[in-house]
This record gives sequence, structure tokens and C-alpha cells, in this order.
Amino acid sequence: MLEFWTDYVWPVLVVLAQSVLLLVILLIAVAYIIYADRKIWAAVQLRRGPNVVGPWGLLQSFADLLKFVLKEPVIPSGANKGLFLLAPFVTCVLALAAWAVIPVNEGWVIANINVGILYIFAISSLGVYGIIMAGWASNSKYPFLAALRSAAQMVSYEVSIGFVIVTVLLCVGSLNLSEIVDAQDGKYGMFNWFWLPLLPMFVIFFVSALAETNRPPFDLVEAESELVAGFMVEYGSTPYMMLMLGEYVAIATMCALGTIMFLGGWLAPFPVAPFTWVPGVIWFTLKCLFMFFLFAMAKAIVPRYRYDQLMRLGWKVFLPISLAMVVIVAGVLQFTGLAPK
Amino acid sequence: MSETFAVRELVPVLPEIVLVLGAMTLLMVGAFRGERAVASINWMAILLLIAAGAIIVLLPAERMESFGGSFVLESYARFLKLLALIGSATAMLMSLDYLEREQQNRFEYPILILLSTAGMLMLISAGDLIALYLGLELMSLSLYVVAAINRDSVRSTEAGLKYFVLGALSSGMLLYGASLIYGFTGSVNFAAIAKASANGGIGLVFGLVFLFAGFCFKVSAVPFHMWTPDVYEGAPTPITAFFAAAPKVAGIAMFMRVAIDAFPNIVPQWQQIVIFVAIASMLLGAFAAIGQRNIKRLMAYSSIGHMGFALVGLAAGTMQGVQGVLVYMAIYVAMTLGTFACILSMRRDGKMVEEISDLAGLARTNPAMAFFLAMLLFSLAGIPPLAGFFAKFYVFLAAIQAGLFTLAVIGVLASVVGAYYYLMIIKIMYFDEAARPFEPMPYQLKAVLAVSGLFNVLFFVYPRPLVEAASAAAKSLF
Amino acid sequence: MRGALHMIVYALFFYLFAGVCIASAIMVVASRNPVYSVLFLILAFVNASGLFMLMGAEFLAMILVVVYVGAVAVLFLFVVMMLDVDFAELRQGALQYLPIGTLVGIVLLAELLLVVGAWAIAPHVADVIAAPIPPFYSVSNTEALGQVLYTRYVYFFQVAGVILLVAMIGAIVLTLRHKPNIKRQDVSQQVARTKADAIEVVKVKSGQGLS
Repeated sequence: MLEFWTDYVWPVLVVLAQSVLLLVILLIAVAYIIYADRKIWAAVQLRRGPNVVGPWGLLQSFADLLKFVLKEPVIPSGANKGLFLLAPFVTCVLALAAWAVIPVNEGWVIANINVGILYIFAISSLGVYGIIMAGWASNSKYPFLAALRSAAQMVSYEVSIGFVIVTVLLCVGSLNLSEIVDAQDGKYGMFNWFWLPLLPMFVIFFVSALAETNRPPFDLVEAESELVAGFMVEYGSTPYMMLMLGEYVAIATMCALGTIMFLGGWLAPFPVAPFTWVPGVIWFTLKCLFMFFLFAMAKAIVPRYRYDQLMRLGWKVFLPISLAMVVIVAGVLQFTGLAPK
Repeated sequence: MSETFAVRELVPVLPEIVLVLGAMTLLMVGAFRGERAVASINWMAILLLIAAGAIIVLLPAERMESFGGSFVLESYARFLKLLALIGSATAMLMSLDYLEREQQNRFEYPILILLSTAGMLMLISAGDLIALYLGLELMSLSLYVVAAINRDSVRSTEAGLKYFVLGALSSGMLLYGASLIYGFTGSVNFAAIAKASANGGIGLVFGLVFLFAGFCFKVSAVPFHMWTPDVYEGAPTPITAFFAAAPKVAGIAMFMRVAIDAFPNIVPQWQQIVIFVAIASMLLGAFAAIGQRNIKRLMAYSSIGHMGFALVGLAAGTMQGVQGVLVYMAIYVAMTLGTFACILSMRRDGKMVEEISDLAGLARTNPAMAFFLAMLLFSLAGIPPLAGFFAKFYVFLAAIQAGLFTLAVIGVLASVVGAYYYLMIIKIMYFDEAARPFEPMPYQLKAVLAVSGLFNVLFFVYPRPLVEAASAAAKSLF
Repeated sequence: MRGALHMIVYALFFYLFAGVCIASAIMVVASRNPVYSVLFLILAFVNASGLFMLMGAEFLAMILVVVYVGAVAVLFLFVVMMLDVDFAELRQGALQYLPIGTLVGIVLLAELLLVVGAWAIAPHVADVIAAPIPPFYSVSNTEALGQVLYTRYVYFFQVAGVILLVAMIGAIVLTLRHKPNIKRQDVSQQVARTKADAIEVVKVKSGQGLS
């Protein structure tokens, strides 16, 4: 019976505790990146942004949370009730589930699985279901249009993200996220990271990540001037908050993925004394925040794409370029002998 | 286990590589140049088919294997590949004029034909079940699309859809059979299956039945022939000509290779199936064709019947039988293409006509065409001394030598019944009131008709090269 | 003891995944709403991926999710949501084919049993089976697949690619229509536009206008 406790119950408890810890930190972080998003946006537009709740408005997100939770959930009478309520859960749970494999520091990962990057890719490709289900279950025209748009958009940009991942994998020789970070370790510090040799792929990844998470300038799913709030039109209170939360967690995931694949994860930018004293998790967080800053700036300064332009960019520009890059990178690695063993 | 891959393994696959890469290049040309490049793409496609044939002739003559036995090239494959390439190239040549006149000149058509032909070559060379299935799908998928290529015509769309749905069903059966065979022998390689099937087993026979059902569909043999008349009638005529020639060659090729290579130890079991299929196809081809008015439907039943005759040779299960089938297929391709050259030139007032009665009095309006068509029909009926007679002669001879007297007798009877409807057409052409003449034949059709007609008429003078090539090919299979 | 416990947990997960997979597969056929059918199909896929995971085939598990759930089923859902087909009505007609469908199903089942039965009876078959999979402890299964996919099976891989190309060409040939009078954005044209050919500055004399 002892084995039962040591082999099953104890590990499960440990994983549970780790998950809860990660979840709490992640949710607090999301609260602040929402705040950051609004502040950056406001700063670009010479506004003040949230500044009422708490010092400098720091508690704004928590006030919003309370407001959403305390409001009455309204379910439209024509809606498909089950799916209508399931959709926010799906969005939220899937977005959070991706964090199970993300290493925030050396060895700081809940599940260090062999195919970590495929897992993230798979989970993020499932994210579209939340939106489709929400759009369809609302039984209303704008949400439905938004659902159709998002399905096409996310499937399109997943293709180029997939190829970006393939090029990174070619350079690493492993699908394990920790090994991807380790492969970027070197004596030149940040110039060893993949953003430099794979710069075009980093750009494609960044833009595709914007499209994949329905961020502006690709937020046609919720283009407020044409579809109001898109698939979220019929939602309110807690379900709406969960959709929103799922969206921001997905953005955080993409930032983390970009950090791991191109910005060297938890590695210090310069492998010399003062920098290496700083714990890896701090570097990781800073890099994620830098990625998020790029996301926020893109939202603030780039005008929205038209839908056909979005599709054109995905299929006619990114897909051929990323395909060609896969071939070029594979060829270079093969013929210069740089390929990982 | 570290696998390696040597470039020299690509040598036997060279014809396929040329076709596929050529098709992709032409696709890019078509995509960027659009409809302006159609004529040159058509001709380039024909050149590619000829180039692939030339490579096959030039490759060293011995048996070659690639990819761990998945791809086999020996005289048998060479013979049938050349035949398939001739069929495809001729069908392509015959469609040039038609496509232009019917305003269906689309650059994807030659590309699909090329890819389909590449699939046929892969199918003919398949050395295991996976390669067989992939080749088959590549061939069929392109065929489904070209059947429906005239998408504004209800009949063409229906033909494509019907072909696709039934074809997918037959592929499913084939796969199911293949998985049963894999389950019972533990291998997909034909040689390994042959070794493992030495002690038979009911499960293996089940797999065999499913596999053969799939094959019968592809060669349109009874009882899986239902799609043939509708697809032949619905598809644009040059595409019907293509359907009737090259894919049949590939289908018969895989049928024989699997039967002889993979199941030499359970001949009695599959022999029964093939005998039944052959008899049913011959009889149905003979009787159902009688009532037809549309000449394309008639050709569909005719091809069902011919597949039955060809399978008689396989039913014998001997080297002679295989040789007979090879000769049969070569002559069948020549006869069919010639006949379709005539059907393609049945054009009045800028429109195709397809009724048999439209041929009335052809002997007066166009005696040359009537003569060649009559010769081809006599040959299809198997009247000596035309080529069609020899084709039947070889397969029946093989059947008799293998002791299948009943089969041979039924075959002869069926060909007598079949002769009736071929002779009917000749009677209509020569003795009926003359209808209005057709438009003049384009030169490509004239060339095809002349070559195939002369081949049929003069075959008996010098049959040796073909028969010897077939004999060498059959020998290489055993 | 430890091994036995492991087997129990393993079996529990197996029955969980397999049970949910079969139940959702039944629901795919049985549910009245086609959207539900597709959602159950997705559930079935995800559970099948769980089964792969149990067998240690993590690469296949992930690819199943990425390809089937992430892409194929999205398109299914897309089509099902857009089509205004009364599936309940269609299913009314389907009921009359139930006997023959059941018959085919039973035949297939019988044959599957036959295969399984023969394996039990004829164990020598297992000896013939080629063992291309390297021992699981030496390489991960992703690596094992990678080692044979581009060497031993490169031919199959490439031909499968060509088949997909044909499918793509086919879809485009049969559906794409170039409408002549449609307004399109030509980016290169827009970029190539200069001030010189876009605007013309005209001096208009008062009282005369442009003629």
C-alpha cells in the first residue's frame, strides 16, 4: 500500500500543487498584462488609461473581475444553452492547459514531455473551438459571422506557425521545450539565440501569433466597427470574462512560446557575471513582457486588415516564405554540417 | 536501426520522377501564364509522356528493385508501362482538337493526365500493398477529377461524382482486404506474402476476395462494373477514350502481379474468383451491349466484355496465360483508341453526336473512315485474320492448356454473341440510308485512326515482335 | 506489487479513453444535431489520441490532435454549420437501410474476429512480422518515425504528397471560377501607382470649366 502513496498519490499531489501555484501566478500576471495593454494603448493615444482603482489604476483588472462575477449571466432564449456555456470553459481551459509544458526556468516545468512543442501547437490549434462554439451557440448573426471568420483565420495562420516551428526544430533536433532553450545557450549570449539566425521566421512567427490570437491588426473576429464584439456579442458577466481571460492567456502562451523559441527562454542575455546572478525566471518574465509589449504596440499603432488582405498575407506571403525557409534552413544545416546530431 | 537511402535507388523510378516533376513544372507554368499557355502545356505533356517511354526503353533490361522491394521494374512492368504511356499519350493527342472546339481548354487537364499516368506506372511497378494502394489512388483520384472536368455539364458532373463515390467504396474494400492480408501474413511485400501464404488459411482468402473486389472495380469487371456505362457516357469523349485504354492496362497489370506474385501458393482459391469474374464479364459485355443506342455506352459494355476475355488468360494462371493477357491488352488498347478516334470525329453542326444511328450510311459520306471503323469493329468482335482474333486466340489457348475447357467454350460463345452488335454497327454504316456527313476529321484523329486501323489489319503479317515481347515480359513475372 | 499497481492504473486509463471514445463514436451517429455529431467526433479523436499516448506513441497522439481535431474537424464544423440541411429528415430515409447496414457491419465484425482469432490460433504469424520499430528505450518514437520516414519509406511519403497535390488541383479545377467583372485588389498595381499617373493638375479658367 505504501507504494500506492509514494508512486501515485504523492506525485499527483505535487503536480496539483505546482499547477495551482502556476495558475495563480499566471492569472495575476494576466490581470496585469491586461492593465499594461490598456496603459500602453492609452499612452500611444495620449490618454491616461485606467487610473482610478488603486494607485495608478493598478487594481483596475480586479475591479473588472468583481464586476463580471457579480453581474447576472444572461443567456439568449434562442441560444443553444449547453454549448453557449461550454464555449467559455473550452477557451479558458485550453489556454491554461498549454502552460503545463512551458519551462519558466531550468527544470521549472510541470510536465517535461518529449513532444512539448507539438503539445502547445495542438492545444493552440484547439483554441478555435471555443470561438466557433460560442459563435454558433449564440444563434445570432454577428457571432456566427465572427465564428466563420475566426475558423478560417486560425487555420490559415496555424500553417505558417507550424513551419516556423519546423525550422526551429531543425536547428535544435528535439521537440522538447527545455532542449530548445538549451540549444540557444552559448558564449555570445543573446546573439546565440535563434532570433538572429532565424530573423525572418521570428517576424513571421510574431505576425502569425497576432493572427492566431485574434489580436489587432488581425482582430476581424471581433472587429467592433462591423461585428460589434464578434463572437462575444451575446455574452455577459462571468462567461464573457472567461472568454476574455482565455484570449489573454493564449496571448501570454504565444509570448512564452516566442520567448522559448527565439529569445532564449530563461537564459541571460549576456553570459557574464552580473547578468547570470539574476534568476532565470526573471529573464523569462522580462522576455515575455517584451514580447507582450510588441503585441500591445502592434495593437496601438497598426490599422486593422481587411479580411481578404489577411487571407492573402497568410497564404500568399507567409506560407511560401516559410516553406522556402524550411528548405533553406534544412539545406544549410545539412551541407554545413551544423545539423544537430 | 539506421536506414540509409542511396541515390541509385532512384534510377528505376526515373520515368515516374520525370512525369511528376514535369507535371509540377507545367502546373507552375499554367498557374502563372494562365490559359494562354494551354496549347504549349498540352504538347509538353505529350512530350513528357514520350520522354518517360524513352527512359523506360533506355533503362537497363534486368530486374531492378528499389526502396526495399516496394518498387519493381522488370520486363513485365516495362511492357505494360509502355502500353499505358502509349494509351495516355494517344488519348491526350486525340483530345487536343476536342478541347479547343468545346472551349474546355484548361491547363489542369494535361497535368491531371500526367499525374494519373504517373500513378499507373507506380501501380504497374508496385512491389507491395502500400505502393499498390498509393499508385492506385494517385491514378484514380486524377481520373475522378478529369471525369467531372466539364463542370457545367450535368452529365459530366454526375459521371465524376458516381465514379468518385463508387471508387472510394472499392478503395475501401481493397484496403480492408489488404489489411486482412497483412494481418494474416505479417507483411505487405508480395514476396513475403507469397512465402507466408504457403499454408493458406481462411482469413487470407477473405482478404484476397476483398482485394480482388477492389481490382475488379478498377478494371470494370462484373460484378463491379456498374459505374462503367454511366461514367463513359457522362465524361467528355476524349476522357472516355483515356479511361478505356490506359487505366485498364494498369488495372490488369496490378491484378496479375498480385495474383501471380503474392498468391502463387493458393492458385485454386483465386482461380475460382477470376473464372467467375471472367465469365460474368464476358456474358454481360455481350448481352447488355445489344440494346444500347449510345455508342459510348456501347463501348463501355464492350470494354467490360474485353476485360472478361483478358481475365480468361489470368484464370489460366500460367506463364502462357499471362503472355496472352499482355498481347490482349496491347491489341485492346490499339482497337479501343482507334474506335474512339472515330467516335470523336462524330461531329455535326459543331456538336458531338453519340447515337449509333448517327453513323448511318457512313460508307457513302466518308468511305475511308467507314472502312477503318469497320475493320476495328471486326477486330473487336474477334474475326480472323484481324488483330482482335489473335488476342482472343492466345488467351483461349492458354485457358485450354490449363484445362479450363468450360471457360474457353463460354468465352467463344460470348464472343459470338458480342459479334452481333459490332456487326449491327457495320450494317448501319454500310447498308442504311445515309445521314448528313460529319465535319472533317482533324489530322490528329486521322493519324490515330490510320495507325490503329493498319495495326489491326496487318498484325497477322508480322505478329512476332509483340508476341515475343509479351512472352519475355510474362517470363519475368514468374 | 508495483508492477500490478501500474497495470491497474494503466488499465483504468485505457478503459476511460476507450470507453469515452466508443461512446462518443456512437453519439456521432446517433445525435440528431449534426453540430453535436462533429463535436462528438472531436471528442472521439481526442480520446483516441489519449490511447496513442498510453501506448507511448506520443508523436502520433499529438499529430492526431493537430491534424484531425485542429484542422479537419474545424472544416467539418465549418461546413456543417453553414449547410442548411435538415439532417433529421435525411436520417429518416437512412433508417430503411438499417437492415443491410447491420448485415454489412456484422460481416465486417465477423471478419475482424476471424483475424484476431487466427492470431490466437496461429502464433507463427507473429514471427513473419518485420520489426521496423527500434526498441523504445533507445530512441523516442518521434525519432524512430523520422529515421524510416525519409529513408525506407521515402517513396510512400512522396507519392502520398503527390496524391494530396492531385486532390488540391482537383478541388481547384472543380470549384474555382474566374468571374470577369469582379473588382479585385492588385497590390503590385497599387504600389506601382505614382503621383504622375494618378492625378492630373489642371488649371481651370473661371467661367469655362473643364471640357
